[in-house]
Amino acid sequence: MCATCGCGPDAKTTYYLLDKDHPGTHTHSHAPGHTHTHDHPHPAAKTVIDVEQDILSQNNLLAQRNRGYFDAKNILALNLVSSPGSGKTSLLERTLNDLKGQLDFTVIEGDQQTTNDADRIQATGTKVTQINTGKGCHLDAHMILHALKDIKPADNSVLFIENVGNLVCPAMFDLGEKERVVIISVTEGDDKPLKYPDMFHSSTLCIINKIDLLPYVPFDIEKVKANAKKVNHKLEILEVSCTTGEGLPLWYDWLKSKIEQPETCSI
Amino acid sequence: MHELSVVMGIIEIAESQAMAANAAVIDEIELDIGMLSGLEMGALDFAWNQAVKQTMLQGAFRKINRITALAKCMDCDAEFAIEKYDDACPVCGQHLIDIIKGKELRVKSLLVS
Repeated sequence: MCATCGCGPDAKTTYYLLDKDHPGTHTHSHAPGHTHTHDHPHPAAKTVIDVEQDILSQNNLLAQRNRGYFDAKNILALNLVSSPGSGKTSLLERTLNDLKGQLDFTVIEGDQQTTNDADRIQATGTKVTQINTGKGCHLDAHMILHALKDIKPADNSVLFIENVGNLVCPAMFDLGEKERVVIISVTEGDDKPLKYPDMFHSSTLCIINKIDLLPYVPFDIEKVKANAKKVNHKLEILEVSCTTGEGLPLWYDWLKSKIEQPETCSI
Repeated sequence: MHELSVVMGIIEIAESQAMAANAAVIDEIELDIGMLSGLEMGALDFAWNQAVKQTMLQGAFRKINRITALAKCMDCDAEFAIEKYDDACPVCGQHLIDIIKGKELRVKSLLVS
């Protein structure tokens, strides 16, 4: 279960909770744990075992466990996915600053190396944990479970999980999120949804970022929207610029609309 | 290269099932892999050859059932085979389709001794 892509026996996932009051890092070894068999001295009869088990079942079970934790604490968990450089961290920085005081946020950052993104998030005053996947190309539910134990998001808060920049592998791994948000920028090709359909098919919201650059790039915004809708007709699409702020109110409205009010009982 | 994670998942399932059955050897493994499961078969082969070394799956015959993807049109209710998510309904030409089959990623059975 702990295996992530390219993970050798010595590879480790590292967790950095950026908390100046309680500095600390813990690592989690990803040894494969294979067992060896021995030869049987006698010929044994062959038996068929009907397994019928989903290969990702272990990840999916842990994702459901995360989901239960989020539900119980009324945490809105969002999984942000995109290729590297689409502006996931910029969108978060902008959101965290603009909605400061309105919503309570926690961030889990995923990258192969460095705490650069977590440092940017921490500068906004938001609680953040950085997961370094080593050679891994995606976050999985097990990593989120570990990160949650460190960061302990508050009840009724919003948890942003910024996945490793990669439009392929993270599509297969449910983290327990309520919504998956795919971000694409206008400096990429407008055929991205067709080239990486799994990610667009599994997402619920698509944010087209950097629209302030539209006059300078050969990017057909109507075409990308049509392509995304062909792959996933349920996909919602928003157009924003994290530089100028254009379109961001729509993203904030969307975010607020997904927050469930805590159920209270009066006696 | 999420295929390596997938292969590691297969090894874990196969070994725990085989050990639970007190088997010493896995002779065969049968997998169901849908056409829209998101796996690149070349990458799966590459990851497989490296990952099964020193495991019970080393030397096991691997049978893969590729499952054709099926979709249903939300507009006209037609059911049809698709190859890609952006395929249109062959009857009405719309893209309002829901996938009903083809995302399988399953260990179906093992032959052990």
